Amino acid sequence: MPGKAGDRHRQGQSGPSGGKAVPPRPAKAVSKKRDEDVSTEAGEGVDEWILSKTLVKPPDQLELTEAELKEEFTRILTANNPHAPQNIVRYSFKERAYKPINYVDQMAIHFSLNGNMIPKDSDEGRRQSSRLSIAAEKAPVETSAVTSEEAEIKDEENTGDIQATEKEEAEELGTAEVAEAAEAEEPPPPRVKEQKLANQFNFIERASRTLNNPMQERACQSEPTPCKNFSATANQWKIYDAYVEELQKMERSKEKEKSRVQVAKSEEVKKNGRKSTSLESQSDDITKISKAAKIMERMVNQNTFDDITQDFKYFEDASDEYRDQQGTLLPLWKFQCDKTKRLAVTAICWNPKYKDLFAAGCGSYDFTKQGQGMLLLYTMKNPSFPEYVFSSESGIMCLDFHSDHPYLLAVGFYDGNVAIYSLKKATSQPSYKSSAKSGKHTEPVWQVKWQKDDVDNNLNFFSVSSDGRIVSWTLVKNELVHTDVIKLSVEGTTMQGPEELQLQTFGSGTSFDFHKKIDYLFLVGTEEGKIYKCSKCYSSQFLDVFEAHHMAVDSVSWNPYHLKVFISCSSDWTVKIWDHTIKTPMFVYDLNSAVGDVAWSPYSSTVFAAVTIDGKAHVFDLSINKYEALCTQLVVAKKKNKTTHIQFNPVYPIVIVGDERGHVISLKLSPNLRRIPKEKKGQEVKKGPEVEIAKLEKLLNLVREPESKAGK
Amino acid sequence: AEVEETLKRIQAHKGVIATIVMNAEGIPIRTTLDNSSTVQYAGLLHQLTMRARSTVRDIDPHNDLTFLRIRSKKHEIMIAPDKDYLLIVIQNPCE
Repeated sequence: MPGKAGDRHRQGQSGPSGGKAVPPRPAKAVSKKRDEDVSTEAGEGVDEWILSKTLVKPPDQLELTEAELKEEFTRILTANNPHAPQNIVRYSFKERAYKPINYVDQMAIHFSLNGNMIPKDSDEGRRQSSRLSIAAEKAPVETSAVTSEEAEIKDEENTGDIQATEKEEAEELGTAEVAEAAEAEEPPPPRVKEQKLANQFNFIERASRTLNNPMQERACQSEPTPCKNFSATANQWKIYDAYVEELQKMERSKEKEKSRVQVAKSEEVKKNGRKSTSLESQSDDITKISKAAKIMERMVNQNTFDDITQDFKYFEDASDEYRDQQGTLLPLWKFQCDKTKRLAVTAICWNPKYKDLFAAGCGSYDFTKQGQGMLLLYTMKNPSFPEYVFSSESGIMCLDFHSDHPYLLAVGFYDGNVAIYSLKKATSQPSYKSSAKSGKHTEPVWQVKWQKDDVDNNLNFFSVSSDGRIVSWTLVKNELVHTDVIKLSVEGTTMQGPEELQLQTFGSGTSFDFHKKIDYLFLVGTEEGKIYKCSKCYSSQFLDVFEAHHMAVDSVSWNPYHLKVFISCSSDWTVKIWDHTIKTPMFVYDLNSAVGDVAWSPYSSTVFAAVTIDGKAHVFDLSINKYEALCTQLVVAKKKNKTTHIQFNPVYPIVIVGDERGHVISLKLSPNLRRIPKEKKGQEVKKGPEVEIAKLEKLLNLVREPESKAGK
Repeated sequence: AEVEETLKRIQAHKGVIATIVMNAEGIPIRTTLDNSSTVQYAGLLHQLTMRARSTVRDIDPHNDLTFLRIRSKKHEIMIAPDKDYLLIVIQNPCE
């Protein structure tokens, strides 16, 4: 140890002779410190005498010459910090250049200690002292010592922070001593309970946790109520329907209240009603379709016979203009039924209410071939199948619709019976039928005609037959009661029978017709060719007799407009028009063939049509051509078939012709046949029955005058 | 019954292709056509009829649909509706 100290000393001596402290010689700077240390240590005067004179040369000592050894190096002691940089250069943005900084901070801090001492007079200091004073009350001695020491420390603190290292070292030593003393005295005070200050630095968090009950989920699901989707549209008509139903319910309930009076009967009726309804519901639903099916059939037919339907409705033969006055008959539908193939159409009649419905009675004119009869009702809307079919045991010879009750048909049979068919009833049997008991004819009934209801409002009709009787049948309490109206006795044929009895032979009535206006007046045509004008009131005598034809009078018919005129046709090939006041016919037409039927047209007083056995239909218009037919047309196949009857449709320009094969052919009248005569210019076109009457009257006058002259 | 006869006659008529009878819900009860076609026709025409009826009645609730006739190039469909049923006839009108 001493050796080292000597070295230091020597180096220390040579050291100060040096000049500035040069960084390449850090050893010298260090040696300075060591010198100082040594000096302090020397201050204690311990190591000075240990200096030895023995020179120990380190091996690498610098060899210097004497002159160099004596060279004096000046060393200056400055307060400069040797570690501080000497040439700091800073970039100046202002001058855009590096500039050296002149002043460099030379302070070197050797030691720094952040103290946690607080001034005694400050708030915190006072608080602390107060705290300590509370503790000091119990241990006053120690606290005073402590405070005094603290005061010393504080005093020294107050002198300033920038002090020489020496002083700090001294303080450190001092404080270390003081601290030791203080520590010895400290243990006793902690015995006292100290109030714990709650300051922000002394934060304690304390938490506790409650017991959480374990959660358990429990669910229950109920059965879902049955849901059904319903959607509807509230239309106006649905609302209307609902209201109507309500109304009906109310009405029904009212009726039920009323009907409770009649207990027994109503119950029966109700039971029956219920039964029928239940039956209906049980039966196949198909039956409900009956109406629609019917109409559908008609629609289908309409489609099939589309062109005919169009013709019927719209076609007007344009060529009539070029045909002068001639007209044509356009064939439309042909109505036929399989069952009537062997039967001839013996009667046709239009329904007064439904203008498209007509009845065709089928039987046979042949005496030898008598069989069944059929009654068919066709509608123009359905040409392929009849609407109603009735079959009978004997052939039907004539039929007539009741004008007021269009569902009632009076029918005359070949066997002399008459019957009434009701279309409302579903059965194919007649509703009422005469029998031998009830006074049927003994010969075929050739014509039946409904009359107005009699005094007691019973239905009644007339029939004429070959047995010479004209009988009035009345429907009294569901039975046909007959009354002989007239017996056609042939004049001058009373024979002297045995025992001087007078036997009357009767003429055979073949047709009759009642006057439209004069109720009691009617005409009867006979097989002998005579036409009797009769009255219902006189049962034995005729009002008048016309020697009309040579053969049987097939048909007589009053003119629908003119009150005096009637027409008759016969198998003697002629058609005659009469004025019933004059014995001789007004007009006579020879048609070259036996005339089966003649009919007036409903729209004109001067138009009529006739059919002949050879299958031709003739249409006449007296106002246009008095002598010739406007149209003569072959309606059916000539040799195989014969036309038997003809009828005009009351509304449409249609005629139907029945033939011997059971067919009914409908024909449309061309415009020429339907012409209304043009009035002279300036005069109004009059319409109505008066016009028709006047028209015919005019014609008749033309014919009549020469007649009357001739008569005179 | 009579209705059966009428339907038979319709079916036998010239040009008629098919006849279908449906109930109020549009389910075919009776048909003369094969199954798939029937079902197709039934569904489509049922809807159309309902629509047509709705139209007619909306305009005037007193009124009601009586018939529906659809004419196409190839044939004509005729529908007769009612409260409880629907009758359809498909015909080829010979032209």
